[in-house]
Amino acid sequence: MKKLTHPSYLTEWKKRILAKRPSYQKIIVVSSGTCGQASGSLQIIQTLNQELEKRDLQGTVGMEVTGCHGFCEMEPNLIIYPEGVFYTKLETKDIPKVIEETVLGDKIIPSLVYQDPKTGQRFNHQKEIPFYQKQMRLLTENNFRVDPTKIEDYIVLDGYQALTKALFDMTSSEVISEIGTSGLRGRGGAGFLTGKKWEICHKTNSGQKYIICNADEGDPGAYMDRSLLEGNPHSVIEGMIIGAYAIGASEGFIYVRMEYPLAVKHVTLALEQARNCGLLGKSILGSEFHFDIHIVEGAGAFVSGEETALMASIEGRRAFPRQRPPFPAQEGLWGKPTNINNVETWANVPLIINRGAAWYSSFGTEKSKGTKIFSLVGKINNTGLVEVPMGITLREIIYDIGGGIKNNKKFKAVQTGGPSGGCLPSEMLDLAIDYDTLTKAGSIMGSGGMIVMDEETCMVDVARYFLKFTQEESCGKCVPCRVGTRQMAEILTRITQGQGEEGDIEKLEELALTVKVCSLCGLGQTAPNPVLTTIRYFRDEYEAHIREKNCPALVCKDLIAYYIEPEKCVGCLLCLKECPVEAISGERKKVHVIDQQKCLKCGACFEICPPKVRAVSKFTGKKRSGLFKKIEPERARK
Amino acid sequence: MENIIHEFLRAQKELIHILHKVQAYYGYIPAEAISCISEYLKITESEIFGVLTFYRAFSLEPRGKNLVTVCLGTACHVRGGVQIAEELERKLDVKVGQITADRKFSLETVNCLGCCAIGPVVVVNGNYHSRVTLKKIDEILQECQTSQ
Repeated sequence: MKKLTHPSYLTEWKKRILAKRPSYQKIIVVSSGTCGQASGSLQIIQTLNQELEKRDLQGTVGMEVTGCHGFCEMEPNLIIYPEGVFYTKLETKDIPKVIEETVLGDKIIPSLVYQDPKTGQRFNHQKEIPFYQKQMRLLTENNFRVDPTKIEDYIVLDGYQALTKALFDMTSSEVISEIGTSGLRGRGGAGFLTGKKWEICHKTNSGQKYIICNADEGDPGAYMDRSLLEGNPHSVIEGMIIGAYAIGASEGFIYVRMEYPLAVKHVTLALEQARNCGLLGKSILGSEFHFDIHIVEGAGAFVSGEETALMASIEGRRAFPRQRPPFPAQEGLWGKPTNINNVETWANVPLIINRGAAWYSSFGTEKSKGTKIFSLVGKINNTGLVEVPMGITLREIIYDIGGGIKNNKKFKAVQTGGPSGGCLPSEMLDLAIDYDTLTKAGSIMGSGGMIVMDEETCMVDVARYFLKFTQEESCGKCVPCRVGTRQMAEILTRITQGQGEEGDIEKLEELALTVKVCSLCGLGQTAPNPVLTTIRYFRDEYEAHIREKNCPALVCKDLIAYYIEPEKCVGCLLCLKECPVEAISGERKKVHVIDQQKCLKCGACFEICPPKVRAVSKFTGKKRSGLFKKIEPERARK
Repeated sequence: MENIIHEFLRAQKELIHILHKVQAYYGYIPAEAISCISEYLKITESEIFGVLTFYRAFSLEPRGKNLVTVCLGTACHVRGGVQIAEELERKLDVKVGQITADRKFSLETVNCLGCCAIGPVVVVNGNYHSRVTLKKIDEILQECQTSQ
């Protein structure tokens, strides 16, 4: 690759790539991010290659392997262009048929297209599917078109044009003011104005400045940063170069979690390509601006997502957060001014420079502009990544895009913002979400995780889960977080075990407030949110656990019992064979009985009992203790 | 060991990179490696020990031949990841974080792998298994036995 030493070479290069591209009659696009690969996309790609070769179609049918398309529930999937036919949940045996009928015969295979789980309606084309229709995919749209391992694909889509514009037509202050007027706020969680952050760093006098891309996406349940880095790494890199130019930084770092091996691979490759083309390094595009990016792999500590902890980690130390001020913009990496932004924030930058602040700020609400990617997961029909304008309601996301709750169950709550966020009940479904409304409701935007919970999710258990998480991940530097999260986790565990006492709720509230106010960093300051919101909106569930030893959602192991209903059991021996501790007795065609003393409550019998029979049920509270009373005298008699 | 270290600069910022490399090479961080790194980077052994025990990625003991990791992220949690982990504990007769007596399996958990849509997820030696149920576990373990 020849180095691009003049901005015009970029346009020429694009022309050359386009001229060399074979004009295919059809192009098959396979999504192959981590979710895709876990669901078998690699085998699909292999079979596709074999089939195309076998039929000698390589000259007329193109194939493109891209990152995640967002509709993870339907993986592995592919799209056939130019029509945009969308086939879901593919198996390798479907491939010959797909080529035969759709690629060559232009016929749709109804069994492979997306079917709405509620209405049963089938949709042939990707654009028609309700999951995509309501979205506004400014950042994620290119994931359909870009092979993340090829810089050429990004160049063809006018990649690095925003960089050219920033470097040659704008001063650094103009870039900052453009980002400022766009109203872009940090997508990592706190929502600080990006333009303002850049300005502070820009104004700090120093010979050496750094920028960092925070890709330590630790929130369990959120994976939009992984998808962007895996699917379109150059958009993040371009954003970073523009940011570095605006701030005056000469070195940048991308700090990626080690749990994302594919993202690490694609970013490393992309950096190398950009360097070879002269888009990174000395005299970028022939200008007087020098800048390079290094990749740093995390080592599995949630707290390293906190900016000061992240910097400590890059410096090769334990990821301990420190007191702010001084803010990183004043004193950051190795004491030099440093600007840290999240992956999604960086990816927004080229978009704003290319199309202008006015265009960008036309989306969203008064104080939160643009779009946000949410990862819609949990008990929902259409799981996946959704990009929507700020200000959309939870109902629109969950019901219109997400297709409602799985198996027609009842919606109970949605958890936003990961371990730092909170659980919002059904009364909040019409909340127009942006940074401020979510904070007011007791939760936070966070990185954009959105975990949907149905009537079978226990809110006390969810709070316990998060507190146990933050307690384990607390770095231990400050007392309120180290001890407070532990105490809260212990109380919550007690409650879920049926050993809750009167006054526990009040004790939790008091502890929560202390931890929130007194902790050093964001981890501790937000850790109590899951407890506080579940108490605020689901107090009755806590009371049921404490007073009646009753888990209404039938989740908490110590409060439930499995029971085989004699009138329903057909005596098929299935559960009996499945039980890991031989707690079930019975014979063929005779009613099976669970020995409650031996039962581990693993739920294997519940899961294996055929849906037509459904003889295994779960009991809690009085019904459960009745079960023990009924059995105990029998045992005594024996 | 020398060969691993010498491609790095003599600076503290390289410490985590070096530890990653050593962990990947040996499967754990041997005690000799710590003194070796200490000498090379001019950092005390106690500080290196502090760093490597802080992060989950590094272990001071060798891992089993097969590494089984269960994701316990929120989405996997609400879809029953805990039951999967408990079942694996029973089947392998170890607790999470331990190695089986025959050194064939290490059982570990992870906070989130970011494949939340297809949970519960179990990763065996880098291979992802999606939508795991109690029934699928035998199949997954079998796969390791045969692949050896």
